[in-house]
Amino acid sequence: MEQSGEYRIESPAEAVWAALNDPDVLARCIAGCQSMEKVSQSEFRAKVKAKVGPVSASFDAELTLSDVDPPHAYTVSGRVKGGPAGFGRGSARVELAPDAGGTILRYHVQGSVGGKLAQIGSRLVDGSARKLAEDFFAAFAEIAVEPQPR
Amino acid sequence: MSDQGIGQRVKRREDVRFITGKGRYTDDINLPGQAYAVFVRSPHPRARIKTIDASAARKAPGVVGVFTGKDLAADGIGALPCGWLVKSKDGSDMKVPPRPPLAIETVNFVGEPYAVVIAETLGQARAAAALVETDFEELEPVVSLAEATAGPQIHEGIEANRCYDWELGDQAAVDAAFAKAAHVTKLEFANNRLIPNAIEPRAAVATYSAPTEEFTLYTTSQNPHLERLILAAFVNLAPEHKLRVISPDVGGGFGSKIFVYPEETAAAWAARRTNRPVKWTADRSEAFLSDAHGRDHLTTAELALDAAGTFLAMRVRTRANLGAYLSTFASSVPTYLYGTLLAGQYRTPAIHVEVEAVFTNTAPVDAYRGAGRPEATYVVERLVETAARETGVDPAELRRRNFIQPDQFPYETPVALVYDTGDYQASLEKALKQIDYAGFPARRKVSEAAGKRRGLGFSCYIEACGLAPSQLAIQLGAGVGLYESGEVRVNPTGSVTVFTGSHSHGQGHETTFAQIVSDKLGVPFESVEVVHGDTGRLEFGLGTYGSRSVAVGGSALIKASDKIIAKGKRIAAHMLESAPDDVDFDEGVFAVRKTNKSLTFGEVAFAAYVPANFPEDLEPGLSEKSFYDPKNFTFPAGCHIAEVEVDPETGVVVLVRFVAVDDFGEVINPMIVEGQVHGGIAQGVGQALLEHGIYDESGQLVTGSFMDYCMPRADDLPSFEVDTTVTPCTHNPLGVKGCGEAGAIGAPAAVMNAVTDALRVKDLAMPASPERVWRALQAA
Repeated sequence: MEQSGEYRIESPAEAVWAALNDPDVLARCIAGCQSMEKVSQSEFRAKVKAKVGPVSASFDAELTLSDVDPPHAYTVSGRVKGGPAGFGRGSARVELAPDAGGTILRYHVQGSVGGKLAQIGSRLVDGSARKLAEDFFAAFAEIAVEPQPR
Repeated sequence: MSDQGIGQRVKRREDVRFITGKGRYTDDINLPGQAYAVFVRSPHPRARIKTIDASAARKAPGVVGVFTGKDLAADGIGALPCGWLVKSKDGSDMKVPPRPPLAIETVNFVGEPYAVVIAETLGQARAAAALVETDFEELEPVVSLAEATAGPQIHEGIEANRCYDWELGDQAAVDAAFAKAAHVTKLEFANNRLIPNAIEPRAAVATYSAPTEEFTLYTTSQNPHLERLILAAFVNLAPEHKLRVISPDVGGGFGSKIFVYPEETAAAWAARRTNRPVKWTADRSEAFLSDAHGRDHLTTAELALDAAGTFLAMRVRTRANLGAYLSTFASSVPTYLYGTLLAGQYRTPAIHVEVEAVFTNTAPVDAYRGAGRPEATYVVERLVETAARETGVDPAELRRRNFIQPDQFPYETPVALVYDTGDYQASLEKALKQIDYAGFPARRKVSEAAGKRRGLGFSCYIEACGLAPSQLAIQLGAGVGLYESGEVRVNPTGSVTVFTGSHSHGQGHETTFAQIVSDKLGVPFESVEVVHGDTGRLEFGLGTYGSRSVAVGGSALIKASDKIIAKGKRIAAHMLESAPDDVDFDEGVFAVRKTNKSLTFGEVAFAAYVPANFPEDLEPGLSEKSFYDPKNFTFPAGCHIAEVEVDPETGVVVLVRFVAVDDFGEVINPMIVEGQVHGGIAQGVGQALLEHGIYDESGQLVTGSFMDYCMPRADDLPSFEVDTTVTPCTHNPLGVKGCGEAGAIGAPAAVMNAVTDALRVKDLAMPASPERVWRALQAA
């Protein structure tokens, strides 16, 4: 599974970067996110309730940031465990580019799934992942322009 | 002749309960105090189990217990064995990796169970299973069959993941024949992995009586005695006499329910451990992951011909996928049920076959309807059809030139079998007439005028059924004899209870076997009851697979009935004051020759249980047993012809016609035989056009539901045109050969020969999906 996308956000790159590193913002952008905590400077932990085709479960995600180049880019990679629903793993490269007062956010995601997700969801995973990503960045594009509490 | 005797189209008596929802399947059985098992399965194709934390699961509502492989091992439960020892070319034994019912240190395929949760309700067991926290160390899996020997080693001590490297036939003779051949046809292809998909998934209900130390296991087995034998002798669950295995109504098996599986074993053990009846019923997802899959070969095959189109030799190299472990009969399928069939219906004088069987991190692969014989037929019949096209000889004519002739039987093949009888040209000619072979070019023109492609393909298959002469099977490595038992118990009122060690899971034995005994003893069909599938009620049995039931189990009933008649004659002779040798038995009447003195079967039966003044050497009662051990395999054979129309715009293949002319020897119930043929053809067409079990590169099963694994449906199939020819089997008392697998054996080659004919391509991989067909047309 592999996909890419691009969004324009009406906010300067520094602000977008700050939002990308803010667990509260991230939590609000993920539908079904039950918790999101920043464990260290480069690690997040999250619990997300999600549905992929006929498989719905509560997933535990562990995310690690690497190749961090503030405020331009990072790679977030991680593992998602859903107990009997199976697991997923993958990484996303997120890049920011200033664009006439706003910011262009580009992302490229690659990942794979296993267990029940693969068994009965494989045909639906791409579509579900695309929707998750689109929903995430659409929400993020809106939330990231809000003034963030400091 | 009775209208319900041998040869009659008697409606299946069991269907009344099946089609009115009154069947009694394993999942219909509920015992007081029953708890439910849910298995925790590996999401990884290959991983080391570092820790299993079941503490949260144990505290979950309703949980009776959570057990792992270590718990079973601590209780002395052993590994699941493989029942057939195959030796490599160098004489060494095949390599057998231990297969504990629940994985202990490593998991080796997605779906392999490593823990079981027992809870008060199914929902509670499921919820608790989700709480089992397992820390895996993922290992690189071996997924590709082609690269399996070069991949990481899956099992300790099994180098190159090779179970065995087997051969059969005379390699030097084959090489010499190829050296002087005028033409060589060569094909390389895969035989696609199939997932069996019986309507009823596997299930078990187990109960243990602590005071008597007795188990009763209700389960979906095709051979309950074999299940009991293995659980007692190898797995160490309980002594054989303390274990009763009952296979009630079973909704289809197709081979996948022959085997002794981890889940049934663990559920039975858990019944003792928890002192509760335990029920487990697989859901469809579990069936896809954990039922033994079928086929999965990679083959290179060559046929050498002389200038006249006479077959000189055949050379076959196959790599067979065994999956992660050796299932119960897995080793025999790509060897003795495959290599031995490569002579087909032909006089090919020299054949050499090599089979390398390997382990991969996929579900175990074992017998599935046809088991080895569909793979062999595919090799032979794709080669023959391709050779005909390459040499410009009509494919029917090329076959005629090479058939074993009726006067050559018994015929010893170069691959270890002795065919007892057959008339292969007779079935070919009948099939040609039925399909109107002469009219095919005109039909093709009509299709082409409509922008379609039309093709026709043959498959003249042979199978070895009626498994099996015990002496030969044991010589070849079988761990059991392959006879069958039968008991005919005549009740005092003259009704008859028949006990057979065969097992019916859709085949209609309750009807067929009643026809046999009713016909033989001259008692009404309605007065004959057939009992099967219960180790507590039957002497012994080896179950149903390999189209063996009537040939072996039916023959045992004939032998037992012969003993009934012999005893009946002694009783009649005593009552009629005559000598047993002077008593004839015909159509239910015992009569003293050349007199008007006679007794009905019912009168003799009653006398047997109300024995007035019997002499000392005449025991009361009228009940006889027999163990029938066949002298040879039976060799059903026939000719299948498929005609397809392909839409080049969409790549969709429509199977327009399918003609099957089969020689099953004598036929007990033509209607049931036709039903067996229909079902077999549907499965064979499924393999050719629709079905494919696929693991992705990371070892995940991506065809794990009916969304992605395409089963044949009524609208994929034409109305089949089936007929028979008859050469009676020469060595069993009924003259029967077996019909259960023929359709699945013959159909794939017929359909693919037709598809490649329509596309005018040399080869195309199964299943011939619209995408593959369309791509092949674009490339051509």
